Amino acid sequence: MSDPSSINGGTAVAMVGKDCIAIASDMRLGSQSLGVSNNFEKIFNYDNVYFALTGLASDVLTVSEEFRMKTNLYKMKEERIMEPETFANLVSSSLYERRFGPWFVGPIVAGINSKTNKPFICGFDSIGCIDFAKDFIVSGTASDQLFGICEALYEPNMESEDLFECISQSLLNAADRDALSGWGAVVYIVTKDKVIKRYLKSRQD
Amino acid sequence: MDIVLGIRLKDATLIATSKAFTRGISILKDSDDKTLNLNKKNVIAITGESGDTINFAEYIKGNVQLKGLREGHEMESDEIASFVRHELARSLRSRSPYQVNLLVAGVNDKEEGFLSMIDYIGTRCDLPYAAHGYAAFYTMSLLDHHYREDISLDDGLKLLKLCEEELNKRMPMDFKGLNVKIVDKEGIKVIDF
Repeated sequence: MSDPSSINGGTAVAMVGKDCIAIASDMRLGSQSLGVSNNFEKIFNYDNVYFALTGLASDVLTVSEEFRMKTNLYKMKEERIMEPETFANLVSSSLYERRFGPWFVGPIVAGINSKTNKPFICGFDSIGCIDFAKDFIVSGTASDQLFGICEALYEPNMESEDLFECISQSLLNAADRDALSGWGAVVYIVTKDKVIKRYLKSRQD
Repeated sequence: MDIVLGIRLKDATLIATSKAFTRGISILKDSDDKTLNLNKKNVIAITGESGDTINFAEYIKGNVQLKGLREGHEMESDEIASFVRHELARSLRSRSPYQVNLLVAGVNDKEEGFLSMIDYIGTRCDLPYAAHGYAAFYTMSLLDHHYREDISLDDGLKLLKLCEEELNKRMPMDFKGLNVKIVDKEGIKVIDF
């Protein structure tokens, strides 16, 4: 139980729909079995990139701050925002820099390319190996449960309303089967010209 | 088994620490103060490895005061919390990490209470009420039940009393009572508890 990536608990998921993406995480921060906070969001936003980080809460904070810095420096130098594909490669190389002393995180990148309007999602392991997926990416202490429920509920080319329902039910039901996840959830639905952020009420035990 | 508790009020923050100084199976002192005033409006309560606690607390205080002098205005609560977290997260991956857990309590520039819980791993969490270590297991349920968003100072102190009673009942060791401090816009005061 001293495995760094399951001390604090938490889980996240991203999905692709028809010209849209969705990304969601739970809000629990714990210390082993003790729940500490129900207000710990694990999704960070850098312009049109949405970035979920599960794992050791300390590293979640450190890594999210590091990429806030890197995307801001990129924006100043290049005078344009970073596209999701570019960001994914930056995440990969930044994580691999720490190959022999990794950040204990399970990142997910999601977003819509501002030039091509193509939805993009991908996930990583803690040392930066990219997992490109057409359908969904899962991460965190409830990832096993998420794989199962996503495999059952997901279908390609969902409209944004259906995608919201799908990702919400997947996350909620997976988190309820995991003692270290839950305590509220947050969902982002991203289309070309609109972003909706919703908080979900979930079981408080 | 040191106890640190914190309760955030609307315009102030309460902080309570156990008075017992323990080493091994002995209590060496019954008037220990585990808090350190960083500046006029911020205080930290610190527990952990005995050498590390004071060393780290004074390192933080030194840097907070230096920044106050250099920049010409005192550091705010959230800036201090970010700084402390950063130092601990950096220290965690060094040859000998600081093994300290702490609470940062204060009032921010809008004169609202501020409370942040930071552990030796560098996990930071801003909370309405917080406790470290074993004390958390016994007090969190009481705090969950009785805490209100607009709790008054009087009720805050009553809640602390309730926590102290529960800890006296459940803790295996006599922790020699609590030191209580309040931080509000007037500054930091010790409260007769």
